[in-house]
This record gives sequence, C-alpha cells and structure tokens, in this order.
Amino acid sequence: MNILTYRDGELFQQLCQKMIPFLQAYTHKMGRKFRFMEVCGTHTVAFSKTGVREILAPYVDLVSGPGCPVCVTAQTDMDQMIAYAKEKDVIVATFGDMMRVPGSDSDLSRERADGADVRVVYSASGAVEIASQNPKKQVVFLGVGFETTAPGVALAIQKASRERIKNFFVFSAHKLTPPAVRVLINDSEHQLDGFLLPGHVSVIIGRAGWTFLEESNQTAVIGGFEPIDLLTSIYLLATNMMSGKPCVLNHYPRIVREKGNQKAQAVLHDVFQVAPATWRGFGEIPQSGLAIHKHYRSIDATETIPIQKPITRTVKGCRCGEVIKGKETPFQCRLFGTACTPEKPIGPCMVSSEGTCATYYLFEEEKELVKP
Amino acid sequence: MCLSVPAQVIEIEPSGWKARVDYLGSVVVVGIALLENVELGQYVLVHAGEAIQLIDMETALDGIALWKEMIDKT
Repeated sequence: MNILTYRDGELFQQLCQKMIPFLQAYTHKMGRKFRFMEVCGTHTVAFSKTGVREILAPYVDLVSGPGCPVCVTAQTDMDQMIAYAKEKDVIVATFGDMMRVPGSDSDLSRERADGADVRVVYSASGAVEIASQNPKKQVVFLGVGFETTAPGVALAIQKASRERIKNFFVFSAHKLTPPAVRVLINDSEHQLDGFLLPGHVSVIIGRAGWTFLEESNQTAVIGGFEPIDLLTSIYLLATNMMSGKPCVLNHYPRIVREKGNQKAQAVLHDVFQVAPATWRGFGEIPQSGLAIHKHYRSIDATETIPIQKPITRTVKGCRCGEVIKGKETPFQCRLFGTACTPEKPIGPCMVSSEGTCATYYLFEEEKELVKP
Repeated sequence: MCLSVPAQVIEIEPSGWKARVDYLGSVVVVGIALLENVELGQYVLVHAGEAIQLIDMETALDGIALWKEMIDKT
C-alpha cells in the first residue's frame, strides 16, 4: 500500500463494473439522473482531469459549487488588492492564482509589469520573511482561501506579532465554506440530491463542521480526490440518497477526523473573528468571512494602510457569479471560449487553477453534461 | 488553492516548527506547527506550506480493503 493506491487503475475499473449497474438501476427507478454538487474547486478539477465526470455522466449531473476561493473573491476586494500594489513602498505578497485575476481596470500581473513590487509566495510565512528582509517597505499579504489555508496565515500573523515584525500586514479575504453551502440548501431553485463536501476544508473543521446538513435533511459525503475516492463518494451519495435518510458521511477518514484539526481551529480562533463577507455571485453572506481579530489590529491592512477606495465596476456578460453557485455551466456563458479564455481571462473562474471555467475549457467538451 | 499533497517526513528541524518532507522525490520544507507529535516516516498532508494533518495509513489500507471486498462478493 502506498499513497497512490487510491489511483489504482485496475481496482478503479473493477469498482466501476460493480457500481455503475447500481447507478443505472437507481436512475431508471427515479426516471432521471442524480444531481450532486461538488462544492470544492479541487473536486471540479479532479472529476474532469481523471475523466470520472464523463464516466458518471449518463447517471449523474455533477454541478460545480463555490469552493474556489479565488473565484468567490468579490470584485471590490480584488480592486482593493490591486490598489495596495499601486502604493509606493508597498510590496504585495500573494498566492500565484491571484496574479491574473482581473480587477475592474487592471490586475496584479499588469501592475507588476508597470513597476509595482508584487511577489508570489507559496505560504504566508514566506511573506513574513519578505517583510523581515525589507524593513523599509510595507508588505501586504493577500489572504485568500478557505479553512484549509487560513490556519497557515494565522500562524504567520502570530509569528509576525511574536517577532515584532512591524512591516507585515494581511488583507484578509478569507471565507468559511459552510455558510455558502447553507445558502445553497435554502435556494429553492436548486434541485440538488446531495453534496460532495470538500475533503481538505473538512480536515480542518472535521465532519463535525457539517452536521448541520443532517438537520436540514441533506445527503452529504466528505470525499477525497483520487479516482477511487471520487467514484466511491458518488456511489455512496447515490445509495444514501436513495435510502432517504439524511446523513453526513466521512468517506475520507484517512485524513479527515470527526473533530478536524483542533490545533488549527485554536489558531484560527486566536487570530480571526467571524464577520460578514461579500462573495462574488452570492453578495453578502453573514458570518462567512474571517476578519483579523482586534488583538492583531496592527497587522490588519484595512486598519493600518489607508488607500483610496477604488471604483468597482462589473464586467458585462461575465457569468462567473452564476457558475460559482452552480446555476449555470461555463458553456452557457457567451464569453466562454471566445472572449474569455485562459490566455485572456475576463473572470476569475477562467484564471484560477480550480476555476470551473478553466477546468471545463481544458478538459470538457460541450455535450449534454449538465443541464440546469 | 486546495492543492494539498501527501508527503513523507524525512527530517524534523530542532526548533520543532518545521520539517523536510518528501513528495514523490521533491523535498521541501514545511511548517508543522498545526500538528502535535510529528514523527519521522509519517505521511502528512501539506497545504500552502503547512502540514495540516497526519495521514492514517492503517485507515487508508482498511478503506481499500473494504472496496476490494465488494468486488470479491459475487
């Protein structure tokens, strides 16, 4: 057994042969396909890249959800991040995915080309190092990510505070995933049979972070990202949905624990406080964002680095908001593949490596994959 | 963003804050402050420069065994 056993091709084929007849029988009984939402952007990519989406397509419509933190970053936040880059003596440190996300008038990549100091980091602690190496500059780290990423950023904030690195700041656009799922389950337009929950968010929050779904009569499975994880998770979603009993199953127990990572939760609790947040596509969702706690006010870029509030305008024709909510597929956006491509993206869904549009552009053909 | 990868711990720094991990031949330094009692040889899940969980190999094996049982049943 090694890490890659969940990719075993032969085992996968054998499981398909066992499971597909069940899916066939169920859909025949229902007179329609299953409709499940994969909440997480990494699941979207995994289903497409492995071809599992296509294998399941005759029986399951897989709807992509809002689990791409770059994609759900509000345009106003994007414009603010770009505004920091324009400031003199500011170094903006960011995860790579943000570099080409279009703001209203520019993007970080363009600002860098125009002379701004914008640097890609692989971790928030990398940004703290940049701050200690550049004491005369203000380093603003762009905090984008869900519960999987926020603990690492929290550690960096604690480190900067402990070591009195006074020129390190964070602009937090961090968000929590369950509140967005709550909005979706209360949306009567959505006819979803169940949710495939994000495996690595669940590492942090545990199965316990999702039990509210049982109380709302939902069927949900926490799943991993290898082909056998994907196939068996959907199989479990289907069989449990057919049994009619609401449940939240942990189908990724090799990494997800019932209570999650409590040390990570404690770090989050120390550094952040839950606040309202504006999501692309959803608008404001209460108690869905992580704002920096007032103990760490001096590290909060919004409190300490004054910038002129940029003017935000929306791009006509961009359907990222609807794609993020699973209401439309990329194929239904007029700009998809024509005006909006990975080379010249118009919306974040085409930029992010986990964006639904980027994934579909690379891996999917327009067939009868998903009908809203 | 959710680019978590499983990696094996090959060296723990004396401070206890960081470790060198091997992901299929690539060796990187990651933070381990979000975990308790990391040991050499263990597999960890790494995300954005931090190890966020230990991978339970026994549970992983059990999971595969369960599915193999399903195949063996005629």
